Amino acid sequence: MTVKEIFDSMDYGPAPESAAEAMAWIAARGGIAGNYVGGKWGPLREDMVLSNPATGERLAGLTRSTPDEVNVAVAAARKAQPSWAKLTGHQRARYLYAIARLVQKHSRLLAVIETLDNGKPIRESRDIDVPLVARHFYYHAGMAQLMGSELPDREALGVCGQIIPWNFPLLMLSWKIAPAIAMGNTVVLKPAEYTSLSAMVFAEICSEAGLPPGVVNFVTGEGSTGAALVASEVDKIAFTGSTEVGRIIRRATAGSGKSLTLELGGKSPYIVFDDADIDSAIEGLVDAIWFNQGQVCCAGSRLIVQESIADRFHTKLKARMATLRMGDPLDKSIDIGAIVDPVQLETITRMVAEGGKDGEVYHAPCKLPDQGSYYPPTLITGLDPAARLMQEEIFGPVLVSTTFRTPAEAVELANNTRYGLAASVWSENINLALDVAPKLAAGVVWVNGTNMFDAAAGFGGVRESGFGREGGWEGLLAYTRPVRKARALKPIAPFPAPASATGPDLDRTAKLFIGGKQARPDGGYSRAVWAKSGKLLGHAGIANRKDVRNAVEAARAASGWARATAHLRAQILFYIGENLSARADEFAARIDAMMGGRHGAREVAASIDRLFTYAAWADKYDGAAKPVPLRGTALAMNEPVGVIGAFCPDEAPLLGLVSLMAPAIAMGNRVVLAASHPFPLAATDFYQVLETSDVPAGVVNILTGPHDDFAKALAGHLDVDAIWSQSGADLSAMIEAESAGNLKRTWVNNGLARDWFGAESEGREFLQHATEVKTTWIPFGE
Amino acid sequence: MQTEREATAQTGTGTAQLPQTTEARNPGMALDMDWVRAAQANTSAIERRAATIGTRRSLKKEHQAAWLLKAITMIDLTTLAGDDTPGRVRRLCAKARQPVREDILAALGVEGITTGAVCVYHEMVPTAVAALKGTGIPVAAVSTGFPAGLSPYKLRLAEIGESVRAGASEIDIVISRRHVLTGDWQALFDEVREMRAECGDAHMKAILATGELGSLRNVARASLVAMMAGADFIKTSTGKESVNATLPVSLVMMRAIRDYHERTGYRVGYKPAGGISKAKDSLIYLSLLKDELGDAWLSPHLFRFGASSLLGDIERQLEHHVTGHYSASYRHAMG
Repeated sequence: MTVKEIFDSMDYGPAPESAAEAMAWIAARGGIAGNYVGGKWGPLREDMVLSNPATGERLAGLTRSTPDEVNVAVAAARKAQPSWAKLTGHQRARYLYAIARLVQKHSRLLAVIETLDNGKPIRESRDIDVPLVARHFYYHAGMAQLMGSELPDREALGVCGQIIPWNFPLLMLSWKIAPAIAMGNTVVLKPAEYTSLSAMVFAEICSEAGLPPGVVNFVTGEGSTGAALVASEVDKIAFTGSTEVGRIIRRATAGSGKSLTLELGGKSPYIVFDDADIDSAIEGLVDAIWFNQGQVCCAGSRLIVQESIADRFHTKLKARMATLRMGDPLDKSIDIGAIVDPVQLETITRMVAEGGKDGEVYHAPCKLPDQGSYYPPTLITGLDPAARLMQEEIFGPVLVSTTFRTPAEAVELANNTRYGLAASVWSENINLALDVAPKLAAGVVWVNGTNMFDAAAGFGGVRESGFGREGGWEGLLAYTRPVRKARALKPIAPFPAPASATGPDLDRTAKLFIGGKQARPDGGYSRAVWAKSGKLLGHAGIANRKDVRNAVEAARAASGWARATAHLRAQILFYIGENLSARADEFAARIDAMMGGRHGAREVAASIDRLFTYAAWADKYDGAAKPVPLRGTALAMNEPVGVIGAFCPDEAPLLGLVSLMAPAIAMGNRVVLAASHPFPLAATDFYQVLETSDVPAGVVNILTGPHDDFAKALAGHLDVDAIWSQSGADLSAMIEAESAGNLKRTWVNNGLARDWFGAESEGREFLQHATEVKTTWIPFGE
Repeated sequence: MQTEREATAQTGTGTAQLPQTTEARNPGMALDMDWVRAAQANTSAIERRAATIGTRRSLKKEHQAAWLLKAITMIDLTTLAGDDTPGRVRRLCAKARQPVREDILAALGVEGITTGAVCVYHEMVPTAVAALKGTGIPVAAVSTGFPAGLSPYKLRLAEIGESVRAGASEIDIVISRRHVLTGDWQALFDEVREMRAECGDAHMKAILATGELGSLRNVARASLVAMMAGADFIKTSTGKESVNATLPVSLVMMRAIRDYHERTGYRVGYKPAGGISKAKDSLIYLSLLKDELGDAWLSPHLFRFGASSLLGDIERQLEHHVTGHYSASYRHAMG
């Protein structure tokens, strides 16, 4: 075109970033992406092909690592780990700092390779992905530096197996590697099979930074390689990807003692109230669902717009969609690039073709390039919550839309999902926005914004969007554990019935405690509880799955507890302590009678002390205001997990129960407690204390009976948010496997003992398990 | 229609660059307070959008040159200084007629490029009109007690008529900021409406002085009121405020213009003024304009830059495009 013609048409024209340097880089290294283990390359085999989704052309070969090759990498990481962890935090910080600097120095190469491999617009890889990667290493260089002084009671987990998705290859790599190595872990990371090239550049950066061999290792391949990594001798698996695969990994690692964090799918709501800045909310949608072709786990993919403005909003939105530019992702004026792979394109196409019939489908009038994997920005209006596309993640540039009438209905619609990763709220009314934000079931909420990320702010989900946080202090919990001597837990059997029994002085009937009421066990079975001396102490009900159902229902119904003020929760915990104190002698005698020892008084005293501890914590376990790079703030708030099922330890029948109950209810959770099986009567006496202490009905529910009998029902219950097990029964594997159903959080003892009287059994570790950090981003400015 | 309009613009004949010679002129409407009060502007979100427009769009080679030429045709070449003299204004007009060296234009294969208008104080209008006679380049006069707009109301209105009679075909009025700051939208509406009536056939650009309005929401609301009162253009600044044209303010005003067009069918023009001095900045403004308002606005009929030093930078970039060598300012004629 001549200058004059362009002067008349005012078109943008091509503005391509050159791929030459990146292609030369790949060619100079043999044109194959493969393993980097112990600081050395290999094997490098062309088992598969990596192609450019924008053109379909071959970029490089890819090695499909075998289980043996994965084990070699894990062994290299294992070998390197002790000396890496032994370095001072400052020494590790220097390496992370070097990596951050090198990422910046190689920023253009990284950006171009990422775009070639993934198909995302060069603007995004250049301006968003790569800068966030550098930021993550800078931030965690600081965390390495501070680990010694700020986390003196925590240590590295060991070797971490990490599996990442193809949508943000380099960014997810940095989210995984930076906190892991900062805390003294070594890693074996498997990049996604579509997008393994930027990891190769990163491996070279590790070498340039002089990172000790074996600290960072890469194994390439597809699902089979990932499965081999999950099965290998690692101490932790960190996975980002689909909920389906997350569930498989949860089951595969159950009972292995491997720590696990999962960052999974989402169907994040994007709520627009009628008083929002509508043009800005529409522009926000561009960043929400048309960022990275909508292949973003936290994409605002579910528009929930107030009915009174819906028509106008949709009209304006369609007009905006028409100006999105789609095409060669290396072009600097492109908004929408290529879908990562023809397989993904096929999935999106099929889902819209099938599910779109429930509503009205609008495709933006973008000109699709002649070759490559492209899908136009799409809006589907008129869908109801029951429509499949309102519930299922599409993972493409497809926005679905529905309407609401009132704020309460907006919240209800937003939360009507199995996912809970992120949410956006648009309103110019601060009262409305800040009222709605905490009510949304999501790990991250953006007020008048979307897709904001920073290393200082935790990212991660609730419900089936996974568990664990990445970023911030909370992110370090996923890569450290409390320093504690491991001791095997000795099982305790109930005292057997004696040859000749002595009855109690007066029959007392211990019941289950459900919804604030004493309840007979549904099955109608009880177990006689014998003292060591052979005296019959009483009977304890044997709970079954229906009792579990009733208890969970009662706990769910007591949701008001989560909204009670922290001051009120503190008062009630103090009051429980006061009432227990009033009956201290009786409880001490009960414990001594059940256990046949003389430690009852000490256990009661410790229990009262512990109740006071969590009464104290109830209004002091503060959130944080994160210094994110934004005029505004990101609030990290500790929210209750929800309904927690907890199997109490056998060996400390009162203190163990209090040690699990108190932190949970202090943080606003409701609990279903399985009492010590051999010594259940302290727990059943305890409900009388609860009854006199103003604990609202359903906040604490107590079941008795053999844990194995009802553990499966509780761990598999889809309305339970977390399961803790300190049971003497061998439940850890079963609980972790059953929890996969709704991906509930688990915290199990793996057959290891704890000193319930010691400091290790109270405080932050317990509070951390009792809370989820919700990060609410609040940009401001007038 | 678009092509035809552009074609006349290039010939540099007749009244090609008069605003809206091919658009139905905005007649204004009754003040709609529901609409005004519902206007919102989320500063933080607006700033984020404004901050990425320059990174979302890139213009290279011939496209960059063509867009820069277009930018020249949209410049209201301006002198608004207390020491302006007829000689100074004649020099500026000469530059408006021939903003780019002939050899550069020839190399680019275009001809007939002029600036959008020349913008002066009332006393300089006759000089400018004479200097531009036969070129079709309109003369714009700043008016109504520019820049503060605090002289007697009657005199401010009368000033418009004086300038129109002196030959100005565009009048850049200033609004009373106090009406915005006190929320007296009716007073603002009445004022602008009467000024528009005084303009007659001359086209009116309403300067909102956005740097003094306190918030982007006020900018959005004042924009709507000015358009309802019949403004042909809305303009950011006098160039005398401490903050002049910015991308966030531009985004707000463009969105108000888009809303007004959606509801009334009339296209109102936009003029950012002050602080735009780099060729690259002008391209970012034009990208924002194209993406937010569409191609119809990419014309001097509906978009102007109020700028004095922008042209010099564009000339250097154009010479660089032609020769491949970075240029120097003394190689281009001063205005």
